[in-house]
Amino acid sequence: MATISKDAFAAEVLAILGPLHGVARRLTKNDADADDLVAESITRGWQARASLIDRCAFRAWMFRILNNTFISQRRKTLARPREELLPDESGGEERTFSIFERLHRPFLLWFATPEQEFLDKLLREDLERALAALPEHYRVVVMLADVEGLKYGEIAEALDVPVGTVRSRLARARGALQRTLWDVARERGLQTSTASRTSA
Amino acid sequence: MYETHTIGCEQALQRLLEFIDGELSDDAHEGIERHLLVCRSCFSRMEFESRLKQRLSTLSFSDVPTQSRDRIRELLEGF
Repeated sequence: MATISKDAFAAEVLAILGPLHGVARRLTKNDADADDLVAESITRGWQARASLIDRCAFRAWMFRILNNTFISQRRKTLARPREELLPDESGGEERTFSIFERLHRPFLLWFATPEQEFLDKLLREDLERALAALPEHYRVVVMLADVEGLKYGEIAEALDVPVGTVRSRLARARGALQRTLWDVARERGLQTSTASRTSA
Repeated sequence: MYETHTIGCEQALQRLLEFIDGELSDDAHEGIERHLLVCRSCFSRMEFESRLKQRLSTLSFSDVPTQSRDRIRELLEGF
């Protein structure tokens, strides 16, 4: 397959610039650093364009470069990078934490749904805070799957891990997100009518 | 919760997120779909997880700051 042309490369980049920039912002937690990360990743992508085998996989390929660029930049600045960057795949309570299980009451009337009430009361800021509080390896996988809507195969490509690892890491990451979201909501005093009676 | 002639709640819940993500084979997808038709508890769980995923999708940034976009355009032109 021919190497991607400059115009095609630019068009592909501009088509996914929003998601690229969004993920970079949440990785770096800083707008200026996000700009630098995106620019550096695009430059690396252009230099490595011969490695793009399938144009249809451009998005996953570019996210992989972004993620690798972020990790390599972090390694330069962290004193103990390996401990910080290697994800713990063992799991724990976070895999199984479920807001639904905390709130759902099967014997309530059909219109009384505390878990839906909980979601209704959540603000965008609550979701942002919970996402920002996740460990990096969980935040990345939730951003790619749930915020940006990548398929498991694309996430596997972007993170350079097998699809099975995406499945298990995503399950743990979502549990951790619900745990964090639960804490964020409680800090804000958010309670559903049922939860306030039962979860003290 | 109860067993159906196809799959039970435990099996359905194990693969519910993959079901919502559209990552199951046609057969597995249909098996969970059939279970959800008859199990109110799992159906409620599916609704909750789907709505949470939908809320998360609204966090996607469609707008890139003009200054950032201009910088990238300039970069691309320089290649």
